[in-house]
Amino acid sequence: MGNISELMFKLVPWIVFLPVIGLLINLTIGSKLGEKGVGAVAATASGLTFVVALLQAYALSTLPEGKFAIAPIVQWIHIGSLAIDWTFRMDTLSVTMMLVVSGVGTLIHIYAIGYMHEDVRFKNDVGRYRRFFVFLNLFIAMMMILVSANSYMMLFVGWEGVGLCSFLLIGFWYEMDTLGRPSFANSNAAKKAFIVNRIGDFGFLMAAFMMFWKFGSTDFKEVFAAVGTAEPWVILWITMFLLVGVAGKSAQIPLYVWLPDAMAGPTPVSALIHAATMVTAGVYLITRSAPIYMLSHDAQNIVAMVGAVTAVFAASIAVGQYDIKKVLAYSTISQLGFMVAAVGMGAFGAGMFHLITHAFFKALLFLSAGSVILGMERGHHHLAHGHQEHAEHEAEVFDPGDMRNMGGLRKRMPVTFWLYMAGTVALAGIPPFAGFWSKDEILADAFREFPLVYWLLTIAAFLTAFYMGRQIWMVFFGEPRHAVAEHAEESPLIMTAPLMVLAALSVLGGLLNLPGVETLTHWLQQTVDIVPGEFNPGVALISTGLALLAILLSWWLYLRKPLATGQPDPLKGMLGPVFAGMEHKWFVDEAYQVVFVNPYNGLSNFLAQTIDMDFWHDWLHNSVIAKGFVGLTRFLADPVDLGLVDKVSKLLADAVQASAISLRKLQNGFVRSYALAVMLGVVVIIGYLILK
Amino acid sequence: MVPVNYYLALAGILFTMGAMGVLIRRNALVVFMSIELMLNAANLTFVTFARMYAANSASVFNGQIFVFFVMTVAAAEVAVGLALIVTIFRSKQSIDIDQINSLKG
Repeated sequence: MGNISELMFKLVPWIVFLPVIGLLINLTIGSKLGEKGVGAVAATASGLTFVVALLQAYALSTLPEGKFAIAPIVQWIHIGSLAIDWTFRMDTLSVTMMLVVSGVGTLIHIYAIGYMHEDVRFKNDVGRYRRFFVFLNLFIAMMMILVSANSYMMLFVGWEGVGLCSFLLIGFWYEMDTLGRPSFANSNAAKKAFIVNRIGDFGFLMAAFMMFWKFGSTDFKEVFAAVGTAEPWVILWITMFLLVGVAGKSAQIPLYVWLPDAMAGPTPVSALIHAATMVTAGVYLITRSAPIYMLSHDAQNIVAMVGAVTAVFAASIAVGQYDIKKVLAYSTISQLGFMVAAVGMGAFGAGMFHLITHAFFKALLFLSAGSVILGMERGHHHLAHGHQEHAEHEAEVFDPGDMRNMGGLRKRMPVTFWLYMAGTVALAGIPPFAGFWSKDEILADAFREFPLVYWLLTIAAFLTAFYMGRQIWMVFFGEPRHAVAEHAEESPLIMTAPLMVLAALSVLGGLLNLPGVETLTHWLQQTVDIVPGEFNPGVALISTGLALLAILLSWWLYLRKPLATGQPDPLKGMLGPVFAGMEHKWFVDEAYQVVFVNPYNGLSNFLAQTIDMDFWHDWLHNSVIAKGFVGLTRFLADPVDLGLVDKVSKLLADAVQASAISLRKLQNGFVRSYALAVMLGVVVIIGYLILK
Repeated sequence: MVPVNYYLALAGILFTMGAMGVLIRRNALVVFMSIELMLNAANLTFVTFARMYAANSASVFNGQIFVFFVMTVAAAEVAVGLALIVTIFRSKQSIDIDQINSLKG
C-alpha cells in the first residue's frame, strides 16, 4: 500500500504541468484545433488535474492519521541561510483545496466551452475564444501552485499568478464596457483589481519578510515550529500583515472594492476566479497559518470582526443592486466575510466547509446568471433580427444583466430557473441544502465564543436570504418587463450539464460535514488543529426562521405586486436614504476617490509636472545644465578662443610677416654687397677672436 | 733664406687685393680673377706655414698637399663659374654683376 501511495505522490507536479501543457497546446496549435478542439484540450487538462488531485486524496487517506507528504521538485533560491525550494505539500488541507479548484474548475471549463462560443460572437471577436482558455488553464496552474505550496514564498508565486490571471480575465474584453460599447471601463476594472491586490500583496510580502527576519525561513514547518517562542508583537505584526493580504485577495473591508468591478470579466471567470476559488485563497491562507493565528487572541478578534463587518456591509449593498452579477458579487464578498470570520474565530473546519459549499453554490449561481444573461442576449439578438423595420433598436443600448429588464424568465428558461433555485436555497441557508449546514456551523461557533460576531453574521444571513429572494422574484417570476425578456431562450446542454452537477453538489454538499459525522472536520483535523463544532438547534432554528422570513418579506415586496416596467424598487420609498446608500454602495468608491485616489493623483501630478517636468527637466536640465554648458562653450569660443588664442597667433604671424618684410630688403640681388657682408662678418669674427 | 714674414706679408697683400677686387670691380671675369688671387694667397700661406713647422710636424707635406687640393677645387670652380658667366652673357649680353640682380627679395 505504501508503495502505491508513494507512486501517487510522485504524480503531484502534474497538477501544475497538466494545465500548463494544455495552455501550451492551445497557445501553439490552438488556431488549427478549432473552437471545439481548444475547449476540449483545456477542459481535459483541467479534468486530468482533478484526477491527479483525486489520486493524491486517495494516497493521503492510506497514510497513517496526521501524516502528510512532501515532494521536493527543484531548488529555487539558496542564499546564505535562506533556502526556498519548489516543494509540493500534500496534506489534507491542500488536497481539499486541490479538489475544489480542479473540480469546480473543470465544470466551469466545460460550461465555458458553450458560454464563450456565444460570447465571442455577440462581441464580434471569435479569435478571443482560444485566448480565454489559455488564460483559464494558466489560472488553474497558478491556483495549484498556491494551494500546494510548502512555503510562504512559493505560495506567494501562486498568489501573484492568480492575481495576474484575474487581471487578464477581468480585462478580457478590454476595449469595451460590460455592454460592449467602446470604453476603458473593463480595462479600468482590471487595473483597479490589480492595484488593490498589490496593496494586499504588500501585506503578504511584509509578513513573509518578517518571518524570514525573525525565524530565518518561510517554510510552513519551520515557521510554525518557531512561532511558539516568538515575541507577541512579532506574532501580531505577522498576522496583521497577512490579514492585509487576505483583505486584498479575499475582498474584505477595506480592500473589497475591486471585486464588484471584476464582474466586467466573462461570467465563467466571475464564477471560477471571483467566487469559487481565487478569492477564497485568503481564507485558505489564514487556515494554513492557523498555528500563528492561534497564538494571538487580538489577531483572531480583529480577523473575525473584519469578516463579520464585511459580511453585513456587503450584504446590505447587495440588497440595493440591479445588476444580476453585481448582486452575486456583493453576495460573494459577504460570504467571504462569513468564512474569514469563521477562520478568525478559530473555527477552521467551519470556514473551510463554507468555502467548499460556497464554491459549489456560488459557482452555480454565477454560471446560471451567465446562462440568464446569454438567454437575454439571444432574446435581444432574435428581437433585433426579427423586426428589421425597427433597425434603430439595434443602436439602443440594452443591458442583458439588468434585473429590471427581466421578469417571468421561469417560463422561457425552465432549466436555468431550477438550477438557479438550487443555488439560491443553498445560499439562503434553507435546510437541508449545503449552505445551511456550513453557515450554521459558523453561526454556532460564533454563538459560543463571539456574541457580537454572531449577531452581525445573523443579520448578514437575513440580508442574504432577502436579496436572493429579491433576485429570484425579479428575474424569474412576475411578468416580463422588457420585450427582450419575452424572447429569452434557454441555454444549450453543454452549459446546463455542468450546472446540474454543481446543483447536485449544492443540494448534497452538506453531507460533507453533517453534525455528528463531521467527515470534513476529521479529515482537516489531521493538518489543522480544529475544535469540532457542536450543532446548536437554537441557532439553526433562528437562522432558518430568519431566512424564511426574509424570503417571505421579499415575496411580499417584490411578487405580491410584481414590479412593472420602469417602476422604482419598492424599498426605495420605504427606506429612503438608506436604500439610496445601498444602491450607491454606501459611496465607498466615491470616498476612496476623494480620500486616496485624488490625493494620489495630485501627488503623481505634482511629482510629474512640478518635480520632474518643471524642476528636473525644465529647470535643472534645461536651465542649469544645458544653458550652463552653452554659456561655457560660448565663453570658451568667443573670449578665450577668438579673443585670446586667435589674437596671440595673429600677433605672432604679424610679427613674422613684419620682420620678413624688413629682412627681405637685405637681399638686394647685388653680389658685391653680399660679399661685403661676408667680409665684414669675417672681420668681426676674427676681430673678436683676436681681441678676446 | 727669405724670412717667413715676407711670405705672409705677400700673402696678406695678395688676399687684400683679391678681396678689394671682388668688392669693387663689376666685371664678373675680374671678380673671378680676384677670387683666384685670394685662393692663391691662402695657398701661399699654407706652404709658408708648412715649411715653417716642418721640423716639429708629424707629416712634413700637410700644407703642400692641401694646396694641391685647393688648386684642384679652384680649377673645378673656375670651370663651373666660367660656364655660368658664358650662359649669363648669352641671355643678358653683359657680364656686369650689378646687372644680375633679379634674385633680390
